[in-house]
Amino acid sequence: MTAASHRSGARRRGISGRRRAANALFTGAVYLAVALAAVPLALLVYYVVVNGARQLSVSFLTDSLPISVRRKTGGIGPAIVGTLLCTALAALMAIPLGVLGAVYLNEYGRTSRTATTLRFLANVLAGVPSIVMGLFIYTIFVLRFQGTGRIAFAGSLALACLMLPIVIRSTEEMLRLVPANLREASMALGASQSRTILTVVLPAALPGITSGSMLAVARAAGETAPVLFTIGFATRLNWNPFSGPNTTLAQFIFSNAGQPYPAAVSRAWGAAFTLIVLVLLLTASARFIAARFSVR
Amino acid sequence: MTAIDTAPRTPARPAAATPSRRTADRVFQRMTLGAGLLVLLILALRVLSTVDQARPAFAHMGLRFFTSSRWAPPSDEYGALSFIYGTGLISLLALVLAVPVSLGIAVYLSELAPLNARRVVTVVIDLLAAVPSVVWGLWGFLVLRSPLQRFYQTLSDVLSPVPGVGKLFEGPVSGLSFATAGTILALMIIPIITSLSRDVMDTVPVAQKEAALALGATRWEMIRGAVLPYSKGGVIGAVVLGLGRAMGETIAVALVIGSSGQITSRLFAAGDALPSQIANQFNESEGLFRSALVALGVTLFFFTIVVNLAARAIVTRTNRHLKGVAL
Repeated sequence: MTAASHRSGARRRGISGRRRAANALFTGAVYLAVALAAVPLALLVYYVVVNGARQLSVSFLTDSLPISVRRKTGGIGPAIVGTLLCTALAALMAIPLGVLGAVYLNEYGRTSRTATTLRFLANVLAGVPSIVMGLFIYTIFVLRFQGTGRIAFAGSLALACLMLPIVIRSTEEMLRLVPANLREASMALGASQSRTILTVVLPAALPGITSGSMLAVARAAGETAPVLFTIGFATRLNWNPFSGPNTTLAQFIFSNAGQPYPAAVSRAWGAAFTLIVLVLLLTASARFIAARFSVR
Repeated sequence: MTAIDTAPRTPARPAAATPSRRTADRVFQRMTLGAGLLVLLILALRVLSTVDQARPAFAHMGLRFFTSSRWAPPSDEYGALSFIYGTGLISLLALVLAVPVSLGIAVYLSELAPLNARRVVTVVIDLLAAVPSVVWGLWGFLVLRSPLQRFYQTLSDVLSPVPGVGKLFEGPVSGLSFATAGTILALMIIPIITSLSRDVMDTVPVAQKEAALALGATRWEMIRGAVLPYSKGGVIGAVVLGLGRAMGETIAVALVIGSSGQITSRLFAAGDALPSQIANQFNESEGLFRSALVALGVTLFFFTIVVNLAARAIVTRTNRHLKGVAL
């Protein structure tokens, strides 16, 4: 299909200068567009790497957060732990529920009114701004447990709400790609529908579901707004998601970025570098899984 | 798509199914339905709980919450108009900047790029999408601010004498401004608009493109005459989805918009938006102030819902049209 379009007629004789110029102008504009997206990304990556990599050291990655932003010392260990805790808990909640919901939509509900409505609502939920998720968990969870409500678990609830529609949508897409005759073959052998889904349909769609879920996890790991009001702020390591405040990398970057102290700004760059590496690792493994194990 | 259509709607139960297996089957179905209904539960709870928390502020201000631009927590005055204006302005700005770039990249990917370049550009777009909001904000705040301020000053010197549009560029300029927020937002929504538009452009029948070329069209004429009209609906849907995303984007905007709620046509002035005001103030607020911030969240929620529903409606309508043609 591109072979045809590549054989551009612009250079043939008989095409007026104006048309040729329009074509050249258009081609130039398209390349300019690509550059306009690529250059800022390159600059951003450059600054994060240059300013961030300089901070990295074992003590930076493991030390407690500084008690005051003015302090020269201090690391981001608790924020890394907080990010991992919140994201992992959110994934534990959102992925199984999202996959089950998608199974309902694609295997049971299909085009029924319930399924159509739920599909629509999942799209609505996907469009809700992440800060509104944070406010929501704040009003139903943090307010309910005055004083003890700001815990990592509250943050992961907000992140799970954010991930759920993404997981549902990508999983349903993957289930849709499973050929119908696999299901029919399983049924013909006498398997019940639930057994067919659990032993035939889901395994067939597993690589796609995994990569879609990991993209959702990557998105959640970098989110700040949902955890801003829900997990509090801790300077010390807290492995317990159900008690005591916690901190995530994104939140730490946000609170340090605007500080007038060079040490705080350097820490923010270091944390940004760590966060980007984390998110890219998740994204890259999602792509790898999708490419390596896809059933095509 | 076809997998669904050819699958039996209700598979016949094997005659040998024992009652216990049938129960297990039904339990599993209920479980999946329950998981699906969770979405409904979350949405319903969200609306109820946030509206409930916002009620004191709405009751205190009445309609003036939306029509007044005076936001003065110490004197319990909460008019959200300047934040609504800021959200609208930076989202529009982001669209103006992002749409041409996104369409250019989408055309490049679907029509022009050789296979290798396509792979590279796709990775670039994926990376753009993967960068967390807060990192965009950090970069905008620490790196972009001063070069942009100089750039704005030059633009302002050149363009502000122009009658009419000159008003947009009047000084004094600030590195943290509506314009900076719009620029960062544009970078953040380029991946969404690009990937959706590209998907739509890929559905243009090859026969139509080849027909245009066979009639002697240049590549640009082929794209203008065959590709763009065919994908118009889907592209509009993609743009509106991008708008919805831009409106709700919080942290990057909170860092670069300058946090000073005002209604002005000057793009280079500091402003504020709904989500950034919430993010910056919430942890220091209490009582009616906090309720007013939740009310900002409710307002934002309804705006984004409307925009997203519009986008879905456009995309669904186009899909139907596309399917009709493709089959």
